[in-house]
Amino acid sequence: MSERADVIVIGGGIVGTTTAFFLRRRQRSVILLERGLTGQQASGVNFGGVRRQGRALQQLAMSNRALETWRRSRDLLGEDVEFMPSGHTRVCYHAHDAEYFHRYAADARDHGLDLEVLDGAAMFRRYPHLGREVLAASVSPFDGHANPRLAAPAFGRAASRLGARVVENTEVVRVDKEAGGFRVESATGGIYRAEQVLICAGAWANTLSTQAGEPVPLVARGPQMAVTEPVPYVFSTSMGVYTSIKKESVYYRQVARGNIVLGGGPPGPADPVTRRASVLPENTVAQLAQFVRMVPAMRPLQVIRVWSGVESYLPDSEPIIGPSSKVDGLFYAFGFSGSGFQIGPGVGETLAELLDTGSTPIDLSSFSIRRFQRTSSTQAESVTSETSP
Amino acid sequence: MAATVIVIGAGPAGVRAAQALVEAGLRPVVIDEGRRDGGQIYRRQPEGFTRTYEALYGTEAERARSLHRDFDALRANIDYVPDTLVWNIEPNAVHVVSGTHHRKMVFDALIICSGATDRLMPVPGWHHAGTYSLGGAQVALKSQGCAIGSRVAMMGTGPLLYLVAAQYVKAGATVSAVLDTSTFAQRVRALPQLLAIPSTLTKGIALMRVLKDARVPVHRGVTPVAIEGTPENGVQNVRVKQANGATLHVSCDAVALGYHLRPETQLADLAGCEFRFDHALQQWLPIADEDGRSNVKGVYLAGDGARVRGADAAERAGRLAALAVLTDTGVTRNEDEANRLRLQLQRFTRFAAGLRAAFPWPAQFAAALPDDTIVCRCEAITAGELRRVVNEMGAKEANRAKAFSRVGMGRCQGRFCAHAGAEVIAAEARVPLEAVGRLRGQAPVKPLPMAIATQADMETSE
Repeated sequence: MSERADVIVIGGGIVGTTTAFFLRRRQRSVILLERGLTGQQASGVNFGGVRRQGRALQQLAMSNRALETWRRSRDLLGEDVEFMPSGHTRVCYHAHDAEYFHRYAADARDHGLDLEVLDGAAMFRRYPHLGREVLAASVSPFDGHANPRLAAPAFGRAASRLGARVVENTEVVRVDKEAGGFRVESATGGIYRAEQVLICAGAWANTLSTQAGEPVPLVARGPQMAVTEPVPYVFSTSMGVYTSIKKESVYYRQVARGNIVLGGGPPGPADPVTRRASVLPENTVAQLAQFVRMVPAMRPLQVIRVWSGVESYLPDSEPIIGPSSKVDGLFYAFGFSGSGFQIGPGVGETLAELLDTGSTPIDLSSFSIRRFQRTSSTQAESVTSETSP
Repeated sequence: MAATVIVIGAGPAGVRAAQALVEAGLRPVVIDEGRRDGGQIYRRQPEGFTRTYEALYGTEAERARSLHRDFDALRANIDYVPDTLVWNIEPNAVHVVSGTHHRKMVFDALIICSGATDRLMPVPGWHHAGTYSLGGAQVALKSQGCAIGSRVAMMGTGPLLYLVAAQYVKAGATVSAVLDTSTFAQRVRALPQLLAIPSTLTKGIALMRVLKDARVPVHRGVTPVAIEGTPENGVQNVRVKQANGATLHVSCDAVALGYHLRPETQLADLAGCEFRFDHALQQWLPIADEDGRSNVKGVYLAGDGARVRGADAAERAGRLAALAVLTDTGVTRNEDEANRLRLQLQRFTRFAAGLRAAFPWPAQFAAALPDDTIVCRCEAITAGELRRVVNEMGAKEANRAKAFSRVGMGRCQGRFCAHAGAEVIAAEARVPLEAVGRLRGQAPVKPLPMAIATQADMETSE
């Protein structure tokens, strides 16, 4: 006995759930297999930034698409995932970073992202809470933030309501090509069949891409998150530090009920096997110092909780999105390197389009898994990491 | 070089653990959240207060005096770090904060004696100002000589219910009523096990006499209905259903609530200890052997923080855990004493089982909570909201329900709502309590000042 659908999606994070959702809107039958629960790993534990600015320019087309979905999320999902289009601001401490803000703003404009760069008195008038070391601010007025604990599960439920079969607590151990499509086997011996398969299994994707002869230098890391006690809501814009100095790269957002969510700085250890990731105490302490530097008024606040989760990173910090270079009908979307939440629904929509029609107007060539074929023996050591929130 | 042993907590378990280590020639570090030693039960009054031991500790005066005296005698041979919170634990190191001063302290062995707090069951209106836990009401009295109100109702069940009521009476406060959810029949049935420690049973009976002499109304077998009050004035009234079905209104300006105790296990959790569901207790407890060894090498658990058996047991468990450390680190071996302590502890384990039977946790109240009752007071999440995420979002597991509803996400991280929250989920999802699981602990154990940052930076730049 096996179950069959047009498409099998492996992995129930933000990419998997939105792909299933958009496939159903295209009337394609879909089975989503998730080893735990939807949105439990990187998609559920991340900062929750719905941020386009700072992304590589080639991501912006999908990122803009994603923003449209975030804006319509309440209508599409029939529930609130706490998307707040409150603006996102990057600030910096170093002159060369301020110069980069201007360059990036000029480039991004051509990709449909309008930014405003402020400095000096104008910046402090707009953001009087900023520490006096801040040199410049890059403002993206239509970005914002959402609740990562709610988003992917909500897309999963919405996909389910549209007819997708969402199977949780089901770990995929093998994906084999056979006549007429794929045979997908779970750890408990369940067999699922489809013409197309999408692997969007985050830190666990490499095991399956390796079966297809496409190993990649994927490493797992844990974001270092924290949250303060609730305080009066004052910070409408989400803010982060842009810098090449890792420990300076912290970011925050305040949620409507008042808590300030904090993240950034060097990552912590994460283990895909045990599914555990930890926040290193030293990281928390160093992180808090950077927040007090960015926003001195945070000094009297208290942190009530820290958390982490298993994220996956690639050496160039760019994701793999698109068809396998070896197996027809097999597709990938993983390795978002700490920046997959906002763009997730845009990737899902684009993949649904690609799987359904065989093409998409969005150029995915720079995200191909091919780019790792020559260097697939390179290991974790060479990994650089994401510096923007 | 001698092993570095850190003892967390300077209550009965922590003090006796430190004492055994000093006797063996070690110099342990004792880190305690309190400004003075004694823990919760033998909490020492602030300097300058002059109440007698008899006034403060009643029948336990001699035990308190002995613990304080012995700790004072240890001071020259330990590194005592009071007023300090262990906010995080890594393999072989604890991270502590005192005020805004942060530091990391490494250990070869760690004995966690973290004590217990009240096990709480929500009741409609328990968010009104003037609602305390029984333990909190007792701390106010012991530490500052304050009562939580001028007319106080005590509600819940467990030995602390009667102890705190009697202490309030003796201190001159008015106790409006003692409202016990358990029945006299339950007490009688538990008698054989309670006789394991006859002296404690006798003391319990003496407490009843104090209440009787003061004409404090005691109602057993009640079902709490609501704590009534206003946002402006706080608690004004407690309403319960009596055993005979009649409604009883108790006028008061403060309520102390509690259903026995729950161990403070979050430090064991951060240390990586494994937990197991205890069916008798209907609680998740860190795994520890008879001597207090957890499944993590070098981490030991003792006292009520590991398993609630009371202060006398905690003194023995603390000492026994220290003997285990001494054995495991090859310092000394004292099997005779360890055997004696193990035997004594078995009696306390039996007695604790008797207390559970005499004062049972009223799990059934959780299912009956009206939807608008707040379960998680930190985040103001109602029973109805928790039930909604169970039914509409399929969250049948504690951490999933927390992720969706925020129950247990606030300042206390579920220390006060997790038990009741799990019961609400279990009842709504129609699964056994065990299947709901337990909230994973996260640092910091208690709120951590962001200002520690600047302090730490100063230290590194020095």
